[in-house]
Amino acid sequence: MTGAASPNDTFPKLLRHNAAVRGARPASREKEYGIWQSWTWSEVCDEVRALSCGLVALGLKRGDRVAIVGDNRPRLYWSMVATQAAGGVPVPVYQDAVADEMKFVLDHAEARIVVAEDQEQVDKVLAVMPACPRINSVVFIDKRGMRHYGQPFLKSFDAVIADGRAYDQAHPGAYDSAVAEGKGGDIAIMLYTSGTTGTPKGVMLTFDNLIVTARNAAERERLTEAEEVLAYLPMAWVGDNIFSLAQAYTTGFCVSCPESGATVMTDLRELGPTYFFAPPRIFENILTQVMIRMEDAGWIKRRMFHYFMGLARRVGTALIDGKTVSAVDRLLHWLGGILVYGPLKNTLGFSRIRLAYTAGEAIGPDIFDFYRSLGMNIKQLYGMTETSVFICIQPDGEIKPDTVGTPAPEVEVKIADDGEVLVKSPGVFQAYYKNDGATRDSKTEDGWVRTGDAGFFDADGHLKIIDRAKDVGKLTGGGLFAPKFIENKLKFFPFIKEAVAFGNGRDYVAAFINIDLEAVGNWAERRGIPYGGYGDLTAHDEVYDQIRQCIEKVNADLAADEKLAASQIRRFIVLHKELDADDGELTRTRKVRRRFVGERYDRQIEALYSTAKTVDIEAQVTFEDGRKGVLRANLKIGDARTFAPADTARKAS
Amino acid sequence: MTQQSGRKIGGPLLKVQGISLSFGGVKALSDVSFEIRQHEILAIIGPNGAGKSSMLNVINGFYHPQSGTVTYKGATRKQMQPHEAAEQGIARTFQNIALFKGMSTLDNIMSGRLLKMKVNFFLQALYWGPAQREEIAHREVVERIIDFLEIQAIRKTPVGKLPYGLQKRVELGRALAAEPDLLLLDEPMAGMNVEEKEDMCRFVLDVNEEFGTTIALIEHDMGVVMDISDRVVVLDYGRKIADGVPDEVRANKDVIDAYLGVSH
Repeated sequence: MTGAASPNDTFPKLLRHNAAVRGARPASREKEYGIWQSWTWSEVCDEVRALSCGLVALGLKRGDRVAIVGDNRPRLYWSMVATQAAGGVPVPVYQDAVADEMKFVLDHAEARIVVAEDQEQVDKVLAVMPACPRINSVVFIDKRGMRHYGQPFLKSFDAVIADGRAYDQAHPGAYDSAVAEGKGGDIAIMLYTSGTTGTPKGVMLTFDNLIVTARNAAERERLTEAEEVLAYLPMAWVGDNIFSLAQAYTTGFCVSCPESGATVMTDLRELGPTYFFAPPRIFENILTQVMIRMEDAGWIKRRMFHYFMGLARRVGTALIDGKTVSAVDRLLHWLGGILVYGPLKNTLGFSRIRLAYTAGEAIGPDIFDFYRSLGMNIKQLYGMTETSVFICIQPDGEIKPDTVGTPAPEVEVKIADDGEVLVKSPGVFQAYYKNDGATRDSKTEDGWVRTGDAGFFDADGHLKIIDRAKDVGKLTGGGLFAPKFIENKLKFFPFIKEAVAFGNGRDYVAAFINIDLEAVGNWAERRGIPYGGYGDLTAHDEVYDQIRQCIEKVNADLAADEKLAASQIRRFIVLHKELDADDGELTRTRKVRRRFVGERYDRQIEALYSTAKTVDIEAQVTFEDGRKGVLRANLKIGDARTFAPADTARKAS
Repeated sequence: MTQQSGRKIGGPLLKVQGISLSFGGVKALSDVSFEIRQHEILAIIGPNGAGKSSMLNVINGFYHPQSGTVTYKGATRKQMQPHEAAEQGIARTFQNIALFKGMSTLDNIMSGRLLKMKVNFFLQALYWGPAQREEIAHREVVERIIDFLEIQAIRKTPVGKLPYGLQKRVELGRALAAEPDLLLLDEPMAGMNVEEKEDMCRFVLDVNEEFGTTIALIEHDMGVVMDISDRVVVLDYGRKIADGVPDEVRANKDVIDAYLGVSH
């Protein structure tokens, strides 16, 4: 962990270093014309030198911004390093940005040169040029369709390289001194966060930020120059800069680019990456495809698949984590590897995966377990643009589906009084470009970044993210109250369709429960419990018992966490009707409208915080045909057992 | 594929003069004359049964007209077979896609290189020496076409599994594989949705621009025809009723009558 002190403190210097120590090893690879074309580190070093000189010949000055737009292409990655070599700052732009979004970034970043992949991107740049008068050159890589573009400021990539070589000859030593002038503390890159609210913000990261963070994570995960990586996520996203650039340059592995966006799955299979990143959505899509294809398969294959996947779920994760597994299961698992797991992973391109990350949002435990039980070392990661990605990583062998792991090397994480996660690390960004107000809002004076997420550390030191910080409340006793976290745990039971937890400013947590008619109805039929309809079913004592058991399991879970032990559910009501978007209780995307429910059911909520055993309810309902009616009922209030943190050892078994 | 610079419309590449064709008593074409010029996009339009496809079939030697001459690259010919036309640099696509359904996109386009393969059958079967080198050279041309038509993702997919619009694109790819001087497209956009049509228009224009290929196409969509063609020939009941740039043709009274329908 000597990043800052190393002589190779910028990407151009690292490139030169790699060309010297592993010059003949592949550095970049791209599938084109049906073949993987590769460039060695020496070749890339040579190209970047020519390109950098070419950009200087186009008028690039130290500190100028260069926008980079396009799909993952080796030449675009080289453009970033070439820009840095000349002292410029690359600004990658999302390739699917519409012209308006692109205008904001190009204008705000005051880009002087734009490097665009093809005609499509050039057309967008041309459309916004009148609003961005600082742009003086546009460089395009793919010449297709560009024949009739006569604008003098348009230049082909090849022409820039050729001019660069001439410039290099005419100015010997200029490139080397420009590279030598670069320092680790210089701004290496500006990344615009997509920003769901307000305008995008330009996050400025230095070489030190990226290189130290990338190197630390690579050391912790023992990455080597032999890794295979497919770069297919947007270049404007911080993760791609870490995985496909910073880590590739610090460890010397080769980065491959797919032929096109549509061929990623095929390319993945041909390449067989060893190190892979994908957001949960992609893992989910792949799993869905596997399941659909298995349904179409013959019965022998189907039976084999289901049998061995069942076995894998039982013992697969235990094997990865190095726990003890019986000899028979070991043998069967070995057989499954030959018959099912191996061929399946090969089809998906995951045969050689040594390390896979997922991040961005919570991944469903089922999906996570599927890949892990196949023997893939897939781990959750917690990070953000402002911290050069890495905040927490799940350590090998200690994977818990609901935590994001322990802090990465040299990363300090602390929890603010209001539960917000604060981070201090070598990767913390310098500032938002031209936006001091926003910088002050998300970075404290002494360098802590406010993540906006609420979380806490569990007993093993793993960080658990529970909710957005602004949604988290407090109990009167001071305990943390994270409604979404509790509700999600409840909804994990098939009997519970919807749940609303209360507790902010209260003595304890209480909840409304909606049962799942299909699941509970099925269960009732098997038990011979008669019921007339939804309302009738909810009133049965047996149903209350079932729900109580679910809640008590959640309570036992919560009790295991010191911070959440106080927010165990003491009392609950099973509602006699489903919360419904027609009645305004849910949004159209089926999210609970907490405030509306709180106002409509205020009497029932008060009853939850009294000693009453029942409460009357009158609820207005809107029938399918639009008529309104009133449902009256007398609802029972259930009490659930809570656990002292000490009880958990017994309960968890 | 050799790239020629730009497109400057030149002299006639192919000339048909006084073509008459009948099947038994049915007159498909009577006394049709027009020319296709170097590097242009010529559209042949007309109502159903006007004789458009018959005209293409005459040009590539599939039908033999009872009278009239076809002059191609300065040489007048009377009777020829389709394979001779292909050898002379005329390639075509069909109204009802004629691909090998069970073969992959790659193999289908490779079949378009057949005429360019010089190594004898036995060496090819052994895939040895010159045969291997030749195959690699052809594969390179085919890969450039795949890249050009942006069909990398379906390279290994059997074409029978592809949606219609993509099959049309593969067929265009196979025709391009022959590196034709004259490309005949029989309703390249029939049955496509707007987006697919736009894609196809772009490819037709790109072929014409990037490779300087002369294109004659039959099309029903007037918007497409008026947008992309340099000249338009209008047929009606086997007779040529108009010939000129799109604007002239659009204003032509006979054309309006033929399309809006007047009693004959």
